[in-house]
Amino acid sequence: MTDSEQRRRTGTPLVKRGMADMLKGGVIMDVVTAEQAKVAEDAGAVAVMALERVPADIRRDGGVARMSDPALIEAIKAAVTIPVMAKARIGHIAEAQVLESLGVDYIDESEVLTPADEVHHIDKHAFTVPFVCGSTNLGEALRRISEGAAMIRSKGEAGTGDIKEAVRHIRSITADIKRITVSDSAEIFNWAKILQAPVGLVQEIAETGKLPVPLFCAGGIATPADASLVMQLGAEAVFVGSGIFKSSDPVRFGRAIVEATTHFKDPSIVAKVSRGLGDAMRGQDSAGVETRLSDRGW
Amino acid sequence: MFEALGVGASAVADAPALASVDAIVIPGGESTAISRLLETSGMLGPLRRRIEEGIPAFGTCAGMILLAGEVLDGRPDQHQLGGIDISVRRNAFGRQVDSFETDLDVKGLDPPFHAVFIRAPIVERAGVGVETLASIEGYDGTRRAVLCRQGCRMVSAFHPELSGDPRLHEMFLTIAFDRDATVGTASRSRTNL
Repeated sequence: MTDSEQRRRTGTPLVKRGMADMLKGGVIMDVVTAEQAKVAEDAGAVAVMALERVPADIRRDGGVARMSDPALIEAIKAAVTIPVMAKARIGHIAEAQVLESLGVDYIDESEVLTPADEVHHIDKHAFTVPFVCGSTNLGEALRRISEGAAMIRSKGEAGTGDIKEAVRHIRSITADIKRITVSDSAEIFNWAKILQAPVGLVQEIAETGKLPVPLFCAGGIATPADASLVMQLGAEAVFVGSGIFKSSDPVRFGRAIVEATTHFKDPSIVAKVSRGLGDAMRGQDSAGVETRLSDRGW
Repeated sequence: MFEALGVGASAVADAPALASVDAIVIPGGESTAISRLLETSGMLGPLRRRIEEGIPAFGTCAGMILLAGEVLDGRPDQHQLGGIDISVRRNAFGRQVDSFETDLDVKGLDPPFHAVFIRAPIVERAGVGVETLASIEGYDGTRRAVLCRQGCRMVSAFHPELSGDPRLHEMFLTIAFDRDATVGTASRSRTNL
């Protein structure tokens, strides 16, 4: 065949970011079993994050948190048709390679797991599978993007059910983006210095007024109103970790958070799905946590 | 993309908004999630009716799956809009690591169209009256359709909005309104579910 289409290129930045684009407006749910994955898919999740323990349990149990058992990830992959993500430790190249070989659709290089490298993150350009990374501010986001992340999420403070850290992170990222768009060309260089980020990416933000990859929110979303809040602050989709399966009624919470994320601008719909919903995860004030997961990552 | 072609476009998230548009784009995403949200937002019935009434429609990736008459491996509770007589297979090229971009030969377009396939579906069967505008080698080595037209309906297995090339959007406007696409001003729409 002499068709021009014969050259197919996989793992390109466009293909990686395009995948993230398809999740916009949706909810990605943490699941620890194949049954939970089905509940998430039924509730309208656009993807699931396969892991052994949700962040609230990782926090409670302590110890070293690592990549999940491949058998668990495979069971979850087999249970649903929506994309399946999985977490690797920060800097743990080998865990990421294992996850790629399992055929997961996205890898989260995640601060929720115990970091494997205290200096380096994974060189994500070296992989075909796309990566999402957590960030607390714009500089961190741009460093992750320069390493090849195709999606950025706020870190929030995972496993607390307390939204304020995620709000802080999303607000910090969007506020600096706004400031950069009104900076002159000389100030752009100073921004790169302040943010410790490549000047080319800062210039791109100055021109487009947005991150070069989708910005999602994670870490502390526990209610439909939380989801609406972070979407209004500029998140393009939400990750819900412990918030669904640590609530009193995961099926209803899952559906309600999906609807609130889709219709985040319509308070009457957020009210409708919140009515008589039951108890959200109990949670804890993020100011009082022993281990601040959001401090992990460099 | 439509704005650049001189036509209005807006996100349709509820039934009243749907009533006010002249054509509809059903974009990419996760077809299971979109299907569920069509139901919960009360749009499924009205959208089905408008499609039965003949509204022009362009479905891309998940939108193609929803517009198709039949999905070969869909969930039993997934809703079909039946706007075009094709049978599709979901995730026909494999998982995300198999997603790809390529230059695609499209009937009537020169040079080829740069197409981005993300966990893309493929057309397994095209009914009588469905014109195949582009095809590609599928998972089993057989060439199958990835861009089709039937009347005022168009579907693509890939994402024409991701490569910045407006030619397929133009083609849709032409078949939808049967006139020069670049001078239209009527209000058009897309779903944003």
